[in-house]
Amino acid sequence: MVATEPYKIVGTRPVRPDGVDKVTGRAAYGSDIKLPGMLYARVKRSPHAHAIIKKIDASKALALPGVKAVVTRADFREAGPGLIDIGEGPPVNLKFMLDNVCAGDKVVYKGHAVASVAATDLHTAEDALNLIEVEYEVLPPVMNVRDAMLESAPLIHGNELTGGLTAADMGKRPSNIANRVEFEMGDVDAGFAQSDIVIEREFETAMYHQGYIEPHNATALWNKDGDITIWTSTQGTFSVRTASAMILGVPVSSIKVVPMEIGGGFGGKIPVYLEPHAALLSKKLGGVPVKMWMTREEVLEATGPTSGTYSRVKIGAKNDGTLMAANVHLAFEAGGFPGSPVGAGAMCALGPYSIPNAFVEGFDVVVNRPKVAAYRGPGAPASEYAVESVIDEIAERIGMDPMDMRLKNAAVEGTRRPDGATMGVIGNVQVMEAIKDSPHYKSELEGENRGRGVAMGFWFNAGMESAAYATVVSDGTVALVTGATDIGGTRASHAMQLAETLGIPYDDVKPHVVDTDSIGWTGVTGGSRTTFAGGWAVYEAAMDIRVQMEERAAKIWEVDRDQVHYDNGAVHGPDGKVFSFKELAAQLPHTGGTISGHADVNPTTVGAAFAGHICDVEVDPDTGKVTILRYTAVQDVGTAVHPSYVEGQIQGGASQGIGMALSEEYFYDENGVMRNSSFLDYRMPTTLDLPMIDTILVEVPNPGHPYGVRGVGEVPIIPPLAAVANAIYNATGVRVRKLPANPRNLLEEMLPPEA
Amino acid sequence: MSNRIIINTVINGEPTEFLADERDSLLEALRERIGLTGVKEGCNNGNCGACAVIMDGRLVNSCLVLAAETEGANITTVEGLAKGGELTPLQQTFLEDAALQCGICTPGFLVAATALLEQNPHPSEHEIRYWLAGNLCRCTGYDKIIRAVQHAAERSA
Repeated sequence: MVATEPYKIVGTRPVRPDGVDKVTGRAAYGSDIKLPGMLYARVKRSPHAHAIIKKIDASKALALPGVKAVVTRADFREAGPGLIDIGEGPPVNLKFMLDNVCAGDKVVYKGHAVASVAATDLHTAEDALNLIEVEYEVLPPVMNVRDAMLESAPLIHGNELTGGLTAADMGKRPSNIANRVEFEMGDVDAGFAQSDIVIEREFETAMYHQGYIEPHNATALWNKDGDITIWTSTQGTFSVRTASAMILGVPVSSIKVVPMEIGGGFGGKIPVYLEPHAALLSKKLGGVPVKMWMTREEVLEATGPTSGTYSRVKIGAKNDGTLMAANVHLAFEAGGFPGSPVGAGAMCALGPYSIPNAFVEGFDVVVNRPKVAAYRGPGAPASEYAVESVIDEIAERIGMDPMDMRLKNAAVEGTRRPDGATMGVIGNVQVMEAIKDSPHYKSELEGENRGRGVAMGFWFNAGMESAAYATVVSDGTVALVTGATDIGGTRASHAMQLAETLGIPYDDVKPHVVDTDSIGWTGVTGGSRTTFAGGWAVYEAAMDIRVQMEERAAKIWEVDRDQVHYDNGAVHGPDGKVFSFKELAAQLPHTGGTISGHADVNPTTVGAAFAGHICDVEVDPDTGKVTILRYTAVQDVGTAVHPSYVEGQIQGGASQGIGMALSEEYFYDENGVMRNSSFLDYRMPTTLDLPMIDTILVEVPNPGHPYGVRGVGEVPIIPPLAAVANAIYNATGVRVRKLPANPRNLLEEMLPPEA
Repeated sequence: MSNRIIINTVINGEPTEFLADERDSLLEALRERIGLTGVKEGCNNGNCGACAVIMDGRLVNSCLVLAAETEGANITTVEGLAKGGELTPLQQTFLEDAALQCGICTPGFLVAATALLEQNPHPSEHEIRYWLAGNLCRCTGYDKIIRAVQHAAERSA
């Protein structure tokens, strides 16, 4: 399916269509909206990590001049326990969804929403928060996954969750374990028995936030006719529509979601938090628009980060480096409600390797922390960090180059994973070889307290529904309409694929991202899927245009349809007849009318992604501070549609992974109160914490896409954790098994135990 | 209810009189009262730099300045960088070098980097990193931002 001729536009680096608006301040992000008569609203949040709500009294707040309305759980619909089928996607637990948006009987994390208030201006809304009186009965919090799994742990959801430690234990007794996954392949015991060396280690990773710079926001208007409009910065307008309709108890068709520009998401801007509050406040006010946005503290304390994790990994190998067996145990914090990414973490844990015997189990466990959301390759950074650390240790013990050992066991086309999936055409080996061939890997690292580490990463990537409608304008340009919110260059990558397919200049395509009433169902901008699946929809829409232009040219020339063909931006007929795209576009209005191409696609032939990173560090032996000296990220990107934005995805993902490895963490006190809920204390990498991040793009086209596209966004966040940890080992002799390796954690390992 | 005050400033070269709440930060006044929403809120406590503006020649985070303090001040926001329909070299290199992904931090980076190049037209990589350490970007890993600033400095040589 992959085209073989050289591309004209795919692979070039044009300026993005939305670029000028974004460097001049004109681009309208969610909280930039201002509507006539608009009110401002804020959310009242729990100061406790775990408590029963006894009483909420908003009378004093409502008496404050300027305060117009208060919403509490009593204003939401009723929902019983258990799963319901919503007709879109898998069944969901509506009660848990509702409870997370506005607490019901109890709060299950600090920052949990309990009410919202609308007022004439922001300061009045803030003042009103202090006047909403909430009476709590405080309960002991359960703050980490291992404590929560103990039989003696306080139960966060009473009798509702009944997960167990083994398959046989499931459903037997109330528990904080919400779910358990298990994959098995081959004979694990026999595999370990045949191994010359077996290493088993435990690992922990902290809870990390996506850290998008734009806080969550929502503006809603619940009109008197029942129509609801929501303006928001989201990764998926359709998923916001579905979730809001469920939570509000209205048909999806009554809601229109208008995508505003989005200031980062990384998976975290998929759930709804504010939208239902803004809508209900607007309804109470009889159809006044209500705008809300979160403070940074609210973003950190009350939106979905990724799971803190505990893992235990046991791997056996022959002395020649052949991997024989693996046993992977993963326990992930879901936050206050079920839904950690432990399933994806389990699927990916052993992804880069062919291991004949493997057992993987994963636990989804509720704790008194914010309900987690997707975060770039959800679950995989933690699980693969554990595996890549043990692989590194085995290579060292048997005296093998760490890349040679990985190459010896590399997953290739046809390799079966423990979860049952079989690898398609993948670039795993090519990435490993590119690492070995890289100037960085071949260079000598000199100097004291310095070390080098490598690690691989695997992510399966997603497909999902996408739509594209493209209209030929009489001046020869094409207006392209999609539903994929542009989080980092998808207007460009879609416009490029349209221009390539039509054989017209990139600048002649004008891409637009439109609301849910104006385009077919489009999945979230996430899962590394948008350039792949959205690009496919764009390709099909362009092919639709090509066919219609051939038909139109045949009609104009009065020749047989079969004598006309579209090629390279022009329609060719018999006897040297030819219309350039522009010429035919100009004739359309007078020869039957406008042509537009439509496509709604749901492709499943995704191409998996592999990445490998090389990291050099220097560790200060006195302070435990780690400095990244040099960093190279290698990745199979399929076809790099816009190489600059592909590199950017890789550099950004690597930086977030470095943050996970070295400096970021949710820090809670014994009462379950987050003590670092600001960008000063939740320590994301700054310009001074990173070197330039070199990228090497390996292009193994995905045969399941017209242009060979694979997803590129997620996999680069996976290797850094182990690449940094392995480099720290190489520099210090200390195996870092608890991340982040910040000075506090690392120094504890580096210093000799106190006498 | 809060008290309102009238403030006289020059914003992006235009004399601008506006009504603000006495509790308004400059960020709030610029965004919600004046409509200069190119100035972004990322943290509202001086940690991320998305709201950076140049006030009387100094680079400041507008979330840390009270609107009431700007009486008589000369303020430049991202909207005031391009003059006469021409993008500045920095705006141009940010586009060409793909130095933005989501774009929310971009106004702050552009304003901060503009202030840097005014003071130090040919900064080293370290000087650029040091100056921009108060601006957080979560998408790019900074690599392409640093390069865009280097290229803009070369271009105005």
